[in-house]
Amino acid sequence: MEKELVERIENNPKYQELVSKRTKLGIKLGAFVLVMFYAFILTIAFNKEALAIKVGEGLTTVAFPIALAILVLSFITTLIYVRRANGEFEDLTNDIKNDVKDLI
Amino acid sequence: MFKILSLIAIFAISVFAAGDASFEAVQRDLNIPAIIMFFIFIVGTLGITYWAAKKTKSASDFYTAGGGITGFQNGLAIAGDYMSAAAFLGVSGLIYLKGYDGVIYAVSFLVGWPIILFFMAEKLRNLGKFTFADIAAYRLGQKEIRTLAAFGSLSVVILYLIAQMVGAGKLIQVLFGMEYEFAVILVGVMMIIYVTFGGMLATTWVQIIKACLLLTGVSFMAVMVLYHFDFNFEALAVSATENHKDGESILAPGGFISDPISAISLGMALMLGTAGLPHVLMRFFTVGNAKEARKSVVYATGFVGYFWIIITVVGFGAIAFLNSADGAQYFVDGKLFGGNNMASIHLSHMLGGNAFLGFISAVAFATILAVVSGLTLAGASAISHDIYANVINPNATDEQIVKLSKITVIIIGIIGVILGIAFESQNIAYMVGLAFGIAASANFPILFLSIYWRGLTTRGAFIGGFIGLITAVTLVIIGPIVWVQILGNAEAIFPYKHPALFSVTIAFVGIWLFSKTDNSKRGKDEKEMFRAQNVRANTGIGSAGAVEH
Repeated sequence: MEKELVERIENNPKYQELVSKRTKLGIKLGAFVLVMFYAFILTIAFNKEALAIKVGEGLTTVAFPIALAILVLSFITTLIYVRRANGEFEDLTNDIKNDVKDLI
Repeated sequence: MFKILSLIAIFAISVFAAGDASFEAVQRDLNIPAIIMFFIFIVGTLGITYWAAKKTKSASDFYTAGGGITGFQNGLAIAGDYMSAAAFLGVSGLIYLKGYDGVIYAVSFLVGWPIILFFMAEKLRNLGKFTFADIAAYRLGQKEIRTLAAFGSLSVVILYLIAQMVGAGKLIQVLFGMEYEFAVILVGVMMIIYVTFGGMLATTWVQIIKACLLLTGVSFMAVMVLYHFDFNFEALAVSATENHKDGESILAPGGFISDPISAISLGMALMLGTAGLPHVLMRFFTVGNAKEARKSVVYATGFVGYFWIIITVVGFGAIAFLNSADGAQYFVDGKLFGGNNMASIHLSHMLGGNAFLGFISAVAFATILAVVSGLTLAGASAISHDIYANVINPNATDEQIVKLSKITVIIIGIIGVILGIAFESQNIAYMVGLAFGIAASANFPILFLSIYWRGLTTRGAFIGGFIGLITAVTLVIIGPIVWVQILGNAEAIFPYKHPALFSVTIAFVGIWLFSKTDNSKRGKDEKEMFRAQNVRANTGIGSAGAVEH
């Protein structure tokens, strides 16, 4: 890619907006998934008994709803991300492409 | 095509012959409805391969199915890659054996997906062409990076392949009562035929169809299990604890992940390893654009997440059913026939009789074939695209590259067969855990840093990457499984089952150190080029338009 094109894109406010918004969203959602997952793994590593607590009267432990919650929430984070990425971020990307059409 | 058919006929005959030979030894009837079901599948998938072979013309077709796969289709194919035999047979077998410890694997296998989506997927799509090495080699030295990537990919592919081979061998053994070694060889031959003739288009379509059938079949099993307990999970849990020697402790994390280091290490391997699996990364190049690449991750995460939920039900169902009095028929000398990896296969017979056993076995076999094909293809592209076309002979024609790929496929197939026999008695979910560990230590750090760290240089990537790879492979070899159980030594040199915590850290530190201390002119230029790469990674401007055909 030529230097001129790179510079023009980098200086495009829409590019800066895209990168900053997308990075923020990624870090927010990524941190959520990481914290959730490592809380689970570290509980297994250091305090297994906490997951052996029973749900109500029966034998089923809290470990099951927790595993289910991690699976479901992981999926929901991907939905949130793609909804924004394929809408707002995709529009921004197309605008940027339009702005530098003469150089591509 | 006639040649292939006659080859298959010979193998079909030898299957039956071998089945008869060992009939007495394993005390199993040939299950005719199951076998008919099974062959319908094999012929069907070969049909797809034949159709795909006719459509596969260029190297791009062979590796990335011409880039014409939609997000939904690709999501199913990725899920198909992920719902491998190791996932289906291994995790359900692990739950059958250890209870909740198997569920930990299931959960850890999924959380890598959101991370890939947020930080990797679209950048991969914007920077890459055929393999993940294209991305790292974008601004770094072609020769070094591609050599490193090829070694990393091949290590992962071979370890992953062993797990699938073991699963397939056991499955054929159970179904046909044939010798394990024969079964593994048969799988090897079938795999070679699929890949050499069909390429990526065939493996993608086999993967898509298989993913649908697997989800349907396992859903049916889960519903049948729950139906038996009036859709009350508590009743299933009670029955499972009554039928398992460890009683109530199977409902909480137990001894399989025994110490904190192993737990953290496994979690790290499964999460980061997903983002370093060459055969999964390849799938981001089969879609037209970043938008479709993103969608495919959402579909894949949804399908795989759902799959883990129903596999958990099936695993506990297997404990409740197979260990009950009615399940005694599936045991030979007090052991589950074919090993614990076969728990869900036996459960399918108990729930739905011979026809359903045939269906599930056929799906499981198709799963294995499709996954090993994808894996082998990734291995072949590492050799032919990364090493041959980019390092050894830059002027190679498409024809030469595809031909070399096919030779590589045959060699990888043979290696897979030999190692599959050596690793016969290992739990396959665990084996996959190891493959993920290597992917996390060798491929992931390079890929991640090349996308995000301006300061990465060829020297850092090459030296640090090899340190990570060698550390991971060495720790696996001197760890408890290979050193003690396979090689028969008394005590493991490295005490932990999962090396990722150590090897990933060493890889990152190594890459950082050797990049930081790189003051060469070349290193400086490479840092300069990060700007252009970053713009392209973020916008896709200037990337290979896979869809324009």
